[in-house]
Amino acid sequence: MSDRHDEPQAAIAGTSMGGAMDLGVDEAESLEKRPGPDGAGPEERPRSLWSDAWRDLRRNPVFIVSALVILFLVFISLWPSAITSGSPLKCDLSKAQEGSQPGHPFGFDGQGCDVYTRTVYGARTSVAVGVLATLGVAVLGSVLGALAGFFGGASDAILSRITDVFFAIPVVLGGLVLLSVITSNTVWPVIGFIVLLGWPQISRIARGAVITAKQNDYVQAARALGASNSRLLLRHIAPNAIAPVIVVATIALGTYIALEATLSYLGVGLKPPSVSWGIDISSASPYIRNAPHALLWPSGALAITVLAFIMLGDAVRDALDPKLR
Amino acid sequence: MSTLTKTEGEKAPTGPDSFLSVRDLRVRFSTEDGIVKAVDGLSFDVERGKTLGIVGESGSGKSVTNLTVLGLHNPKTTTVEGEILLDGQDLVTTPEKELEKLRGNKVAMIFQDPLTALSPYYTVGRQIAEPFMKHTGASKKEARERAIEMLTKVGIPQPKTRVDDYPHQFSGGMRQRAMIAMALVCDPDLLIADEPTTALDVTVQAQILDLLKDLQQEFGSAIIFITHDLGVISDMADDLLVMYSGRAVERGSVREVLREPRHPYTWGLLSSMPRLGGSTSQPLTPIPGSPPSLLNPPSGCPFHPRCTFTDKVSGDRCSTERPALGTGRAAACHLTAEQKQTIFIDKIQPRLR
Repeated sequence: MSDRHDEPQAAIAGTSMGGAMDLGVDEAESLEKRPGPDGAGPEERPRSLWSDAWRDLRRNPVFIVSALVILFLVFISLWPSAITSGSPLKCDLSKAQEGSQPGHPFGFDGQGCDVYTRTVYGARTSVAVGVLATLGVAVLGSVLGALAGFFGGASDAILSRITDVFFAIPVVLGGLVLLSVITSNTVWPVIGFIVLLGWPQISRIARGAVITAKQNDYVQAARALGASNSRLLLRHIAPNAIAPVIVVATIALGTYIALEATLSYLGVGLKPPSVSWGIDISSASPYIRNAPHALLWPSGALAITVLAFIMLGDAVRDALDPKLR
Repeated sequence: MSTLTKTEGEKAPTGPDSFLSVRDLRVRFSTEDGIVKAVDGLSFDVERGKTLGIVGESGSGKSVTNLTVLGLHNPKTTTVEGEILLDGQDLVTTPEKELEKLRGNKVAMIFQDPLTALSPYYTVGRQIAEPFMKHTGASKKEARERAIEMLTKVGIPQPKTRVDDYPHQFSGGMRQRAMIAMALVCDPDLLIADEPTTALDVTVQAQILDLLKDLQQEFGSAIIFITHDLGVISDMADDLLVMYSGRAVERGSVREVLREPRHPYTWGLLSSMPRLGGSTSQPLTPIPGSPPSLLNPPSGCPFHPRCTFTDKVSGDRCSTERPALGTGRAAACHLTAEQKQTIFIDKIQPRLR
C-alpha cells in the first residue's frame, strides 16, 4: 500500500518538474498493479499513453524482431568475446583476401584479418556512435526546438539563426577541420561532432511540430482548466512532436553510422587500430572484385542495424498514436 | 471621455450577490494594421446560481471578454484595462501563477468545439482527472473515481469502461459531455460556456442544455453562456447582455430583453430570426450593412451607420456622442423611452409575430 501513498506527491511533482516522472509512475503501475485493490480485474488499471503504447508494442511483430536485433547488437557490443574467440587485431598477411574457412566463416580481409571477428568487434563502435549520437541529437534538438517553438519571440529568433549557422556548415568539411585537430582515438570526438552538427535538424522539426500543436484547441482548453506551462508542454504538446522526431531520428541514426564510416575513411574519425564497420568498409572497398566478402559482411551488418532502428522507430511512433489502435 | 467617467460612476455599487463583476473592461490587441478595440468599456455582473447570456454577432467581443476573464489572452499583444472582480479578487492584476490555480478550480470554461478541445493522446478519464489532481492534490485512484463519477453525472453510459476510452472513440455529443465533466470536476463557482452547443445537432443540444441546468441547480454555479442562438438563450439564461462592437448595448432579464427589446440592434437581431409558426407572408428583415471594423469603430454610437432610426434623434448625437448604458434594465441608445416604446409597438412588434 505504501506505493499508493507516494502517488499524490508524484502527481504534484509532475506538475512542476515535468510529466516524465508522472509517466514513469504510470508505466510502473500498469506493469505491476494490474488488478485494482477492489478486485475489478484488469479493466480497472489506469491507462496512460506509455502503458498503452507498451501493450501495443508487445504484440507488434515488427517491434519484437527489431528489438531482438538491437538487443543482440547491444549484447555483442558489450561482450564481443562471447561469440568470438579471436582478436580483431591479429592478422596474418599470408591469408589476405582468402574466403570462408573452418573457424573463419566470413573469410579474411585485405590485411589477412578475420572478417567475422572484426565485424563482431566493429559493432561496438558503430552502435555506440549511432545510438549515442542520435540520443544526443534528439535530446538537445527537441528540447531546444520545443522551447523555441513554445515560447516564441526573441528566444525563437536567436535559436533559429543559430540553427541556420549550423546548417551552413558542410558536414564533411566541418569534420575534416574540427576532427583533424583532435588526436584522441576514441568515439567521443566523433559523437560530439555529430551532435554538434545534427541537432539543428531535429530542433527545426520539433519547433515546427510544437508551433502547430500549440494552436490546438485542447491546449487552450487545458490552459483554461489550470494547466501550467510545463504541463502543457510536456503533456499536451510533446506527444505531437514525438512522432516526427522519432521518424527523423531513426533515419538519421543510419546516416550517423555511415558518417562515422565516412569520417574514418577520410582519416579524421577513428584511426585503424580501432575497429569499426566504417573502417572495414572503406578498407575493403578497393578489393571488391577480389574479395567481395570482406566488404559484404560489415556492410550487411550495417544495413541490418540501420533497418532495425528504423523499424523500431516506426513501431514506436505508431504505438504512440491512439488513433491507429 | 465624459461617458467613460459616467459609466464608471454608475456601476460602482456591486451587489452582495454579484460573484463576478466586470467593470469598464477594455481589451485591445495591437496588430500590424493598428489597434483593435475588441472590448471597449464593458461592465456586467453575474450572480451565484444565475446564468448570464451574452449574445451578439460574430466579432462583437463575446469570446474575447471571456478569454480575458480567464486570463487566456496573449499578454504580448493584448492590453487589458478595467476590473474583473471574481469574489472580490481583481483578475486583471492577479499574477499568472495565481490564475493557474483559479482556472479549472474556481472558474472553468467549456469550449465551443468538442471535436478539437480534447487531446487525442490521453483517455477521457485521464483528461477529466488532470485538473482534479492539480487543484485538490488527489491521488490518481481518487481522481479516476472522480472522473467516473463525473461521467455518470453527465450521462455517459457505462462510465466505468468508457473512462478509459480515447476521445476519438466518443461521439460528438459524448465528447461535449466529457468537456462539461472536465470543466465541472472541481465544482467551479463560475462556468463560462462559449457556444457549447454550436457544433451539435438539436437533439443533443437540448440534452446538453438540460444537463447544464441540472448541474447548475446541483452546484449553484454561476454560468456565463455565450451564443448567437437566441432560441437557446431564452431557454438557458436569467439575464441577457447584448453586445455590439465590443460594447454592451442592452441589458436586462431574458424575458424583458426578448419580449420588449429597447435597442435598435436588438430589434434587428430579433427581426432577422425566423420563428416557428410565424407568418410566412412576413419577410425576415436583416440588419442592413455589416458589423463595423474594430480597428476603426464608428464615432458616437457604434451602431449608428446601420441604424434606421437615427433621424428620430435630434442633431447628430448618434454620430458624435456615445450613448451610455444605464444600470439595471437598460439600452445604450439616444432615443427617448417614449420613442422606443412607439417604434417598438408600431414597427417592430408586428414583425415579431
